Amino acid sequence: MFEGGSVLRQPLIQGEKSLRQVTEDVCAALERRPSGLWWAAFLAAFAAFLVGALAVGYLVATGIGVWGLNRTVGWAVGITCFVFWIGIGHAGTLISAILFLLRQRWRTSVNRSAEAMTIFAVICAGIFPVIHLGRPWLAYWLFPYPNTRGPLWVNFRSPLVWDAFAIGTYFTISLVFWYLGLLPDLATVRDRAGRGWQRRIAGILSLGWNGSARTWHRYEVVYLLLAGLATPLVVSVHTIVSWDFATSVIPGWHTTIFPPYFVAGAIFSGLAMVLTLMIIARRTMRLEDYITLRHVEVMCKLVLATSGMVALAYGTEFFIALYSGSPYEQFAFLNRAAGPFGWSYWIMVACNVLIPQLLWIPRIRRSLAAVFGISVLINVGMWFERFVIIVTSLHRDYLPSSWSSYAPTPFEIAMLVGSFGLFFSLFLLFCRVLPVIAMAEVKGVLRDGRAPVRSPAVAPVPLEPVAEPLPAFHGAAQEVRS
Amino acid sequence: MSRRVVLGIFQREEDILEATRATRRSGLTILDVYTPYAVHGLDQAMGLRPSRLPWVCFVAAVVGAILKLWFEFWTTMVDWPVNVGGKPWNSLPAFVPVTFEVMVLSAGLTTVFTFLVISRLWPGKRPVLPVPRITDDRFVLAVQETDAAFDVAQVRRLFERCHAVAVEERVEEATP
Repeated sequence: MFEGGSVLRQPLIQGEKSLRQVTEDVCAALERRPSGLWWAAFLAAFAAFLVGALAVGYLVATGIGVWGLNRTVGWAVGITCFVFWIGIGHAGTLISAILFLLRQRWRTSVNRSAEAMTIFAVICAGIFPVIHLGRPWLAYWLFPYPNTRGPLWVNFRSPLVWDAFAIGTYFTISLVFWYLGLLPDLATVRDRAGRGWQRRIAGILSLGWNGSARTWHRYEVVYLLLAGLATPLVVSVHTIVSWDFATSVIPGWHTTIFPPYFVAGAIFSGLAMVLTLMIIARRTMRLEDYITLRHVEVMCKLVLATSGMVALAYGTEFFIALYSGSPYEQFAFLNRAAGPFGWSYWIMVACNVLIPQLLWIPRIRRSLAAVFGISVLINVGMWFERFVIIVTSLHRDYLPSSWSSYAPTPFEIAMLVGSFGLFFSLFLLFCRVLPVIAMAEVKGVLRDGRAPVRSPAVAPVPLEPVAEPLPAFHGAAQEVRS
Repeated sequence: MSRRVVLGIFQREEDILEATRATRRSGLTILDVYTPYAVHGLDQAMGLRPSRLPWVCFVAAVVGAILKLWFEFWTTMVDWPVNVGGKPWNSLPAFVPVTFEVMVLSAGLTTVFTFLVISRLWPGKRPVLPVPRITDDRFVLAVQETDAAFDVAQVRRLFERCHAVAVEERVEEATP
């Protein structure tokens, strides 16, 4: 637990920051005018969002006939995007809740933006099932409320109703968790001589937080409880999403491996998205001291682990299809790899199983350009994974007479583009108006103001000879000051 | 009734912990401690009792789950039973996912709401900050005068021994 004080370990935050410097570094990004790069990125993202919004507007006015769906392939790009975005959100909760429970203190530099990513991804995801309803203005029928139609209640045995509850709860709890984490930082923004409107809004939202130890004491308990609640919640959400498929009788969907397979895939894609965003944010917002190569490396290792889980799931699916002796099951998987959509299957395998193996090499894990490229490719692969699961399983099921093909129309592509536009617009706005680093948490892992571990027996000793130069001077400087 | 409070202002986590322990040892009454981040071990140093919020969370979870389960049975078996694909009226396993989600929602929201109420935090509340830099990089220990034996000079010496950067004395006229 004295990670912050050991002389043998790399510090979590580089540059021997003082508490004040952390406040300065993080708040500076909010207080300076947005750069030209920010404007260019925001306008591009917003334009993409408008394209999607127009497509959705046309869709709502016309009907879902503008999509390429047919009676055989009833779900395609829309549901693919839904599962993709929900999956992206999962890494945020992993970093904020699961790693908190596991006392992984490196999470403090990335948890705020990862949680923001979760919320924005769930917003993007939630749009797709609603427009997929065909009559989105009746979306509230999904919830059981005393209505004038009987009252006719929703069918609680249906996975689609489970899904509505799971996504609703996930969004609410993630938002509350994020806001709770923001409270102390909003108070910091409020107490700085910043821009007037920013102070006023932060003043309202910070709820009169004054850093009282009695409040901190309860706050820590609430944070721990919410982390404990969010951990099974995040597992349940993608499990329930997978049940949308697994409780049907379509070959390729009707498998018990789906819940763990979906959860692992979700965390895999989400971590890749966190890496993509972190690498952009640390460069454009000058946060190199906070989001260090060590953070990138740790996340690369998590990506590698989840990639292994996903690869295992792909292999297991094929083995079980063979072993089951069911001709429909066997055909579904042969058709996946060698049928008309075989290309998408091989994109998926290449991006999710083969390319991440490069991360075994330390030099690649430490190269930001390589990691960035790999993380983007992983998300391409993960989008295609959902496409493969949905479209290839549906387009050729039991009766060859009902076989069909599918090609997305421009409206579906526009919606996909629009969801990325919405996600990046929200994320860029977040970077401008809220502290992207959890200041109050980072201050808790600094070396500043803490006694270093004096006895070498207490400090973790590496088993192998240390290859890199030791950051010995950090500890020495500390000693001199105290 | 006036109330006298002595504030010790510190720069380092170690110092505030040491000062809090020393203050408690010498029998003074700690009004509160203010820190920019959650300092581990400060609750023990102040002698705070463990929070009872986990009980609130537990009760809210149980109540939420029971109510939701009752509601699912009531809507599907009693109020308007609809035969869906010949599935039994008592579909308990199928009722579990929604019950779980509602349990988490009820527990999470109730806990956070209770926390905000008992910590007296609400939107737009004016913060009471003894020193403006608390939310940035200052640690403040506030000691309250409770009896005639209270000696400001002694408190000041105690704070200065723990490397206080400043010691301030404040007198409040009305109790908040």
